[in-house]
Amino acid sequence: MAATTAPAARKLPIAKAINESLRASMEADPKVLVMGEDVGKLGGVFRVTDGLQKDFGEERVIDTPLAESGIVGTAIGMALRGYRPVVEIQFDGFVFPAYDQIVTQLAKMHARALGKVKVPVVIRIPYAGGIGAVEHHSESPEVLFAHVAGLKCVSPSNSADAYWMLRQAIECDDPVIFFEPKRRYWDKGEVDPAAIPGPLHQAKVVKEGTALTLAAYGPMVKVCLEAAAAAEEEGNSLEVVDLRSISPIDFDTVQRSVEKTRRLVTVHEAPVFLGSGAEVAARLTERCFYHLEAPVLRVGGFHAPYPPARLEDEYLPGLDRVLDAVDRALAY
Amino acid sequence: MTVESTAAREEARRSGTGGKRAAASGEPSTSRSASPGGGKGRAAQGASNKQGAAKKKPAAKKAPAKSRKPAKASAAQPGGDEFVQLLTPEGERVHHPSYDVDLTDEELRGLYRDMVLTCRFDAEATSLQRQGELGLWASLLGQEAAQIGSGRALRTDDYVFPTYREHGVAWCRDVDPTLLLGMFRGVNNGGWDPNTNNFHLYTIVIGSQVLHATGYAMGVAKDGADSAVVAYFGDGASSQGDVAEAFTFASVYNAPVVFFCQNNQWAISEPTDRQTRVPIYRRADGFGFPGVRVDGNDVLACLAVTKAAVERARTGEGPMLIEAFTYRMGAHTTSDDPTRYRTDEEHASWEAKDPIARLRGYLEREGRADEAYFAAIEEESEAMGKHVREAIRTMPDPDTMAIFENVYADGHALVDEERAQFARYLSSFADAPAAGSTQGGH
Repeated sequence: MAATTAPAARKLPIAKAINESLRASMEADPKVLVMGEDVGKLGGVFRVTDGLQKDFGEERVIDTPLAESGIVGTAIGMALRGYRPVVEIQFDGFVFPAYDQIVTQLAKMHARALGKVKVPVVIRIPYAGGIGAVEHHSESPEVLFAHVAGLKCVSPSNSADAYWMLRQAIECDDPVIFFEPKRRYWDKGEVDPAAIPGPLHQAKVVKEGTALTLAAYGPMVKVCLEAAAAAEEEGNSLEVVDLRSISPIDFDTVQRSVEKTRRLVTVHEAPVFLGSGAEVAARLTERCFYHLEAPVLRVGGFHAPYPPARLEDEYLPGLDRVLDAVDRALAY
Repeated sequence: MTVESTAAREEARRSGTGGKRAAASGEPSTSRSASPGGGKGRAAQGASNKQGAAKKKPAAKKAPAKSRKPAKASAAQPGGDEFVQLLTPEGERVHHPSYDVDLTDEELRGLYRDMVLTCRFDAEATSLQRQGELGLWASLLGQEAAQIGSGRALRTDDYVFPTYREHGVAWCRDVDPTLLLGMFRGVNNGGWDPNTNNFHLYTIVIGSQVLHATGYAMGVAKDGADSAVVAYFGDGASSQGDVAEAFTFASVYNAPVVFFCQNNQWAISEPTDRQTRVPIYRRADGFGFPGVRVDGNDVLACLAVTKAAVERARTGEGPMLIEAFTYRMGAHTTSDDPTRYRTDEEHASWEAKDPIARLRGYLEREGRADEAYFAAIEEESEAMGKHVREAIRTMPDPDTMAIFENVYADGHALVDEERAQFARYLSSFADAPAAGSTQGGH
């Protein structure tokens, strides 16, 4: 990554950070392609790819037919030819026509070939709720992908991570599903293109604390930071771990945190049942059984379809739901 | 839906194409007389229900045809101008106004040799499955001409995306035949290097590879190369959304891809008329590229049409669909029992169109190969069978820890952790082999 030509550090919204990340990746490697519905002339429905087609041309920023399986399937073919396609699925709920290609082909092709081919495809998915959208536009399907061997799944929570994690995902020789917290697209944070990023799949302690660990990723990191601030006023010091990666999960960082705080609450928008929080709870119970002062509690969505927009404020785990779980964990 | 005139139905039956009205509207068109075997399927039941309803509500548009079973567009002799043939079943050389080949005697004999050896390899694999050496085998019996003809139309820089039955195409690509057996023996899921012979791994999910071929072809075009890409698939796959999406992508990006559909009449137990109401090659019309039906048991015709299609691709004229009209002489796989769904008469009618016999007939008639040549090929095929048998019997089982290999190209913490845990578990047994080898683990 050429730091010499990198622009100075700036405050950027997450959407713009992703745009800059794509731009830098395309400048660094002529094999990087962007493809998806409306990503070209329109610049994407969230304007994440704004201006890329103008600067890199239609051969590299490809407006595709409206066919998700076709987008991912042809991206696989282009990857086999030596390209590094970055695919945009317009919304979380629209990825399912491509699910077959992702699970049966993209995830398994490297193993099927006994390592003789690589399929470095990145699939960007704006995901999760909170924008008052209609059905299929607010879902959190990350564990449906994290459960599949051969895929890697990450989700940034801030602009700097959005920039760097996407650059790393594109450089990765494995398929990566890149979950973008769409309701945070406009949140600003500093991005330094000359920085040296940490490993893609490493979790980060984003706030230190002593009484309990909150483990979250993507859109819920902000909620957890707000909950930690509110708890602070009540005299409870919470640590917040941004997992950043859902496959693999950096259990070591969570373990170090829990060995210190002795309590853990996991938080995500996806339904609690068989969610990533369940995996974190199980692993941390194994690893920290004698450290834990309370069972690991989980906060997340319900086992119900994502509700209509007028109910999403109640459905989404907010500060109060997180603090309720914190109180219960602290009461043990 | 309107009831078609008797004349229209009769025309549809005669032409064997389902009738123009049926094709345009997607409505069924034929009478029961056109399909004596009909009336058992779900659609046929639906029709009879509707018939009952129509008696109560005699609105014209509700009245169904007598049967929803379409004319047997695919099984009827498509001997008209839609069917490219250069060698008749009797081994007689005929000519087509648009497609032809001019081959030397050596080239003709080469095609014969390819088909015989492919067929022998296939028969050997079937036997090895019966002997328990393979868990499964998908035979190409009957499809030798379609595969050798198309496979020999390609250059080494062209790229092939096969299904799991393209043993003949693999042969043309110089893939070691014994490598094809690994997945059927259960020692790997493919495992050859696709880039060594530009022959992608076998794909089991029906139709998926057609999109990969299209994407690969889009990449070829981006590179400014003049290679062609061939996507193989079958009549069953023609129903898959991925195939339709591949047609769309190939068309709108003008990708240099040839869609080679081997219509072998049967998708396990389902005849082609469970997949389509129009001949498959005509699907291309709706996507804006040419489609051609070729006699899939005629190696010369398959070679000629595929050559023309890859030439189009090379020169930037975009995709083309070839429907090789052939027949799966064997079972779907060694796990299948075709006597449950098709007749001996049908099988026999295709035996008379055997692709190898017809080329041999031609070579003999024209004096392009002598008895010594045929004997030599026979000897070579015996040797090949022996080689295949020996190769399979000495094929090693994979190391237990191969489970964890190549899951990721750049590594993954969870795989590393589980690999280490499982290795510890295995070595905890008293009779565990020495560290570093877990062959034949528990």
